[in-house]
Amino acid sequence: MLTQALFRALDKKAIWVIGIFLAVAILVPMANLLIPPGQFGHVPTYLVSLLGKYLSYAILALALDLVWGYCGILSLGHSAFFALGGYAMGMYLMRQIGSRGVYGNPTLPDFMVFLNWKELPWYWLGFDNFWFAMAMVVVVPGLLAFIFGFFAFRSRVTGVYLSIITQAMTFALLLAFFRNDMGFGGNNGLTDFKDILGAPVQAQSTRVILFAATAIALALSVLVCSMIVNSKLGKVMVAVRDAESRTRFIGYRVEYVKLFAFTVSAIMAGIAGALYVPQVGIINPGEFEPGNSIEVVIWTAVGGRGTLIGPIIGAIVVNLGKSWFTSALPEFWLFALGALFIFVTLFLPKGIVGLWKQVFGAGRQTAEPTPPTPARSADIERGEDPSTFDNPQPRPAE
Amino acid sequence: MSKAQDTMLYLDGVSVAFDGFKAINNLSIIVRPTEMLAIIGPNGAGKTTMMDIITGKTRPDAGEVMFDGRTDLTKLDEATIANLGIGRKFQKPTVFESHTIWDNLEMALKKPRGIFNALFYTASDDDIARITDILDTVRLLHRKDEFAANLSHGQKQWLEIGMLLAQDPKLLLVDEPVAGMTDSETEETAKLLREIAKTRSVVVVEHDMSFVRELGSRVVCLAEGAVLAEGTLDQVSANPVVIERYLGR
Repeated sequence: MLTQALFRALDKKAIWVIGIFLAVAILVPMANLLIPPGQFGHVPTYLVSLLGKYLSYAILALALDLVWGYCGILSLGHSAFFALGGYAMGMYLMRQIGSRGVYGNPTLPDFMVFLNWKELPWYWLGFDNFWFAMAMVVVVPGLLAFIFGFFAFRSRVTGVYLSIITQAMTFALLLAFFRNDMGFGGNNGLTDFKDILGAPVQAQSTRVILFAATAIALALSVLVCSMIVNSKLGKVMVAVRDAESRTRFIGYRVEYVKLFAFTVSAIMAGIAGALYVPQVGIINPGEFEPGNSIEVVIWTAVGGRGTLIGPIIGAIVVNLGKSWFTSALPEFWLFALGALFIFVTLFLPKGIVGLWKQVFGAGRQTAEPTPPTPARSADIERGEDPSTFDNPQPRPAE
Repeated sequence: MSKAQDTMLYLDGVSVAFDGFKAINNLSIIVRPTEMLAIIGPNGAGKTTMMDIITGKTRPDAGEVMFDGRTDLTKLDEATIANLGIGRKFQKPTVFESHTIWDNLEMALKKPRGIFNALFYTASDDDIARITDILDTVRLLHRKDEFAANLSHGQKQWLEIGMLLAQDPKLLLVDEPVAGMTDSETEETAKLLREIAKTRSVVVVEHDMSFVRELGSRVVCLAEGAVLAEGTLDQVSANPVVIERYLGR
């Protein structure tokens, strides 16, 4: 059963993508460790961490694509799941500091000592254990998405309304995590990390391993997504995206399909956040910023939604652009990003991957039909079959 | 309750209003097992709303809707009703355009609809034979690997009928199946529906009178959300009220 699903997942495209990132997981560390600095081909350690950051963004973009590109759920709150995964990792890293903090308290992180707290809050218990923390990286975002999605999809909240409440969710978390008495370090967040699994976070070898772990996680994410989208469930997801009510009338529980996609996607986003935090060295409430979620949407749109490689390309390309822009012309970055989004929406509705197919795939019979959901206004009104009587009130779920 | 016995579909005194407008007004209709029923009537007569009520999209304000003599449909949602064995073809053909014709049928094929059933589904030889069979029936076998978006209007209608068959329902609700079809296609569709009605109940909504004649079934004429006349096509079309309100206009 599982082997068949795995076999289906490994189509030609997926093998390529997975192979590329497994190769990257080996080659980049080798270029860093084996080629001496100054010589051609050497990848400096700061660049390894920067690339690792991009790859964790790529996992996040892939996660969003699974719900948006394949299932038609435009989530504007994915940075919340990313940040929660990041906080779970950050809490583990804080507990590893031990008595090396400024105040030298063996159990309490510095900010708690500063706030005059006497003991660790209950929700910090267990985070000194790496595997418990890793479980929380998966459980916390997954559970939030499951509960949130359960109520939202059951009540048939779709289109912009869903986008708005996901945005509200991440904003609410932003405000909550800013508060000092939440116990997550307030607006400073969690930082000043020392060790991960006993190895110093700043060390070259640790950074290289973190990079390799991120590249492997990305390859595994592609495998999981490929398994889902190539299964019958994946086809049903696309059916939900294109004709939601029709899918209901052939007997699928659309709310469960969406809930599955949303929860899996949130878990992937959480893992991406957990890999991001040790590589950048800080997690603070700014990661919940609604604008961050919108940036993820832009990466996905630029790369090409509804494909597995598109969001990865989009995340890397846009962030390379961002790195260049924010050092060369910092004040123009947001304008450039906005212009990019408008350009892609108007002229490249299928993103870079769509352009590639147009240019290079014309000879072969790859002409896919334009799905009835262009990147534009289709997300506003979807799901209702135009041929049936437009029921003025949304039907209660029960 | 006992009146619903031995019926496939039993509507009694059903009413629904949208913002005060009575789309369905005290409607009562019975469909027996393996019976075909044609429903005709002017636009706005409530034909589509009636289908919405049966399939769980709209809740009636009053009245009884029973399926197979025992299941109260007014309490259930669309997916549950579909899985009970009621298939619906929409007025505007709605197929999954970015999927191939084969995949459209594979999704519709009667199978457990759970998330993990779908995730780990692999078509068995039986499933493949069944889909091939249906494709043959609806004459799309030679195009099975094409995207549904590339089909003509009439072919989409046929694909949708094929999807209905794949669901293996006890009751088929078919809304304007021959819109956009050529005369010969219309004839074929009538033949196909008659064939289907040998083993299942079929409710057809249609404006095309020659098509309804070919179906040769009992006819109900709806107007303003209620039954205007009932009987054979000849009886109904000879009814002076029907002529005045529908045919004669």
